[in-house]
Amino acid sequence: MSAFSLAVRDSNTMLRRNLLHARRYPSLTLNLLLTPIMLLLLFVYIFGDVMSAGIGGGGADRSDYIAYIVPGILLMTIGGTVVGTAVSVSNDMTEGIIARFRTMAIHRGSVLVGHVVGSVLQSVMSVVLVGAVAVAIGFRSTDATVLEWLAAFGLLVLFAMALTWIAVGMGLISPNAEAASNNALPMILLPLFSSAFIPIDTMPGWFQPIAEYQPFTPAIETLRGLLLGTGIGNNGWLTIAWSLGLTVLGYFWSTSKFNQDPK
Amino acid sequence: MPSSVMPMSNSGDGQKPPAAVSAVGLRKSYGDKLVLDGIDLRIPAGTVFALLGPNGAGKTTAVKILSTLITADGGQAQVGGHDLAADPQAVRAAIGVTGQFSAVDGLITGEENMLLMADLHHLSKQEGRRVAAELLERFDLVEAAKKPASTYSGGMKRRLDIAMTLVGNPRIIFLDEPTTGLDPRSRHNMWGIIRELVSDGVTVFLTTQYLDEADELADRIAVLNDGKIAAEGTADELKRLIPGGHVRLRFSDPDVYQAAAVALREVTRDDEALALQILCDGSQRELRVILDWLDAAEIEADELTVHTPDLDDVFFALTGGNNVPNQSKETVR
Repeated sequence: MSAFSLAVRDSNTMLRRNLLHARRYPSLTLNLLLTPIMLLLLFVYIFGDVMSAGIGGGGADRSDYIAYIVPGILLMTIGGTVVGTAVSVSNDMTEGIIARFRTMAIHRGSVLVGHVVGSVLQSVMSVVLVGAVAVAIGFRSTDATVLEWLAAFGLLVLFAMALTWIAVGMGLISPNAEAASNNALPMILLPLFSSAFIPIDTMPGWFQPIAEYQPFTPAIETLRGLLLGTGIGNNGWLTIAWSLGLTVLGYFWSTSKFNQDPK
Repeated sequence: MPSSVMPMSNSGDGQKPPAAVSAVGLRKSYGDKLVLDGIDLRIPAGTVFALLGPNGAGKTTAVKILSTLITADGGQAQVGGHDLAADPQAVRAAIGVTGQFSAVDGLITGEENMLLMADLHHLSKQEGRRVAAELLERFDLVEAAKKPASTYSGGMKRRLDIAMTLVGNPRIIFLDEPTTGLDPRSRHNMWGIIRELVSDGVTVFLTTQYLDEADELADRIAVLNDGKIAAEGTADELKRLIPGGHVRLRFSDPDVYQAAAVALREVTRDDEALALQILCDGSQRELRVILDWLDAAEIEADELTVHTPDLDDVFFALTGGNNVPNQSKETVR
């Protein structure tokens, strides 16, 4: 068997192992889904009237605000899912079975690839579930073409992959599940500091750079542009650059950590 | 097929049998702590080798290095004819490892664990099912096969662990303390399993803290102490190094102790514990001689225990007196 097909076969085996874990113990995944759904309902139904007053020059109503925050909520869903990835990677590394994998003639990276692909699939499923809730409470896209839907889907997958590789690295450096969940906290906090809930130009001046120069804001703006027809500007390229950059960084970080001698 | 990885014919008449595992000058330290201080090993194919030593002697580290889990700081080793440093992947294809802490996936069932191993050894679906079913049967795990491995007892986990190791049909198996923490029945089951492996011609490298276990199973035994091989040989060769058992007398009154120590002369003193040791093989005849001797000297100890040779004694013999007071105190408590 060629090295490549060996790598694919082993990664596929590891992926099935991780999906089996996720299916057998769905509570972690489901818990992580609760946060974005709760925030969506909270912001729309509880804060909605006040929040909507702040966008679109004051004339916006609740349905405008739903449209405004859904892209951010979807990306936040990915951020939440990858916290679960960090936790499960960290848990997995304490299991004896990982030591066994290391002493077997299998493709070395397959353990991590299995985690990443599994986590991206979970992210996509979570986004679909949260998206369904959004549609149920009245979210509609504005004249998005099939191509734009596909681009939106591609963006979510790319972004999920980038965050997942970083989360895998965070899981690998964490000695236990608690530490992993703490280390991965930025994945949940960053979308709160982005343009997910309010436009950046309504934020205090000193805070605007924090909101602007981070991966979530361009991704949210791009998703908004694709689904709602707002201006994308250079956010599309920024999103791709952030995603690829984080993927490469996370990949090299994670694999070098994984290849180190275990304690 | 991956099963043909190792040339291991025993047909070379007159020559030394090929070594399944050989190592020269293996060294490893963690920070300032030197764990392995130059280990040399040579294990002929098809034999059982036991690395014997107390906790912290470096047994697990040796297994981790030889099974490619961690890299040595220095030295060289070949496993299954492949160099550890140059071709670890070929070494991995030849070995099976069962670690001290069970290497099973607790979240999935025993059967799923077995099928996972079959997939990772690239067996076909049909072949994988067959091998898994066969091994589950052989290790008496059929009933528990559909339950999550985390619910297994210690002995069951260990059996599943070994069953998983055997999926790839390895020719060299590392067993790191395979019976530590098992109850006596499971321990004897495990011995049976290991003997079975050997009868299939597999080379077994096992570590243990128990002399009787090494005695029971191993062709050759190396005693590891403070990161060095203190002695190596067959069980009989090692036992000749052990000075035999002794009778231990403990006193509560220091004056009585002093008087006894002076009166008896040919004893080993443990001033801290107020205890004296007299050599004795544990036979009724020798015991009577000693008791008569004590009566004649009018010595009455508060406690008398007969101590048969064990690992403590091996270390006493092999590592000099330094360890003895500590070890002895352990046994008194």
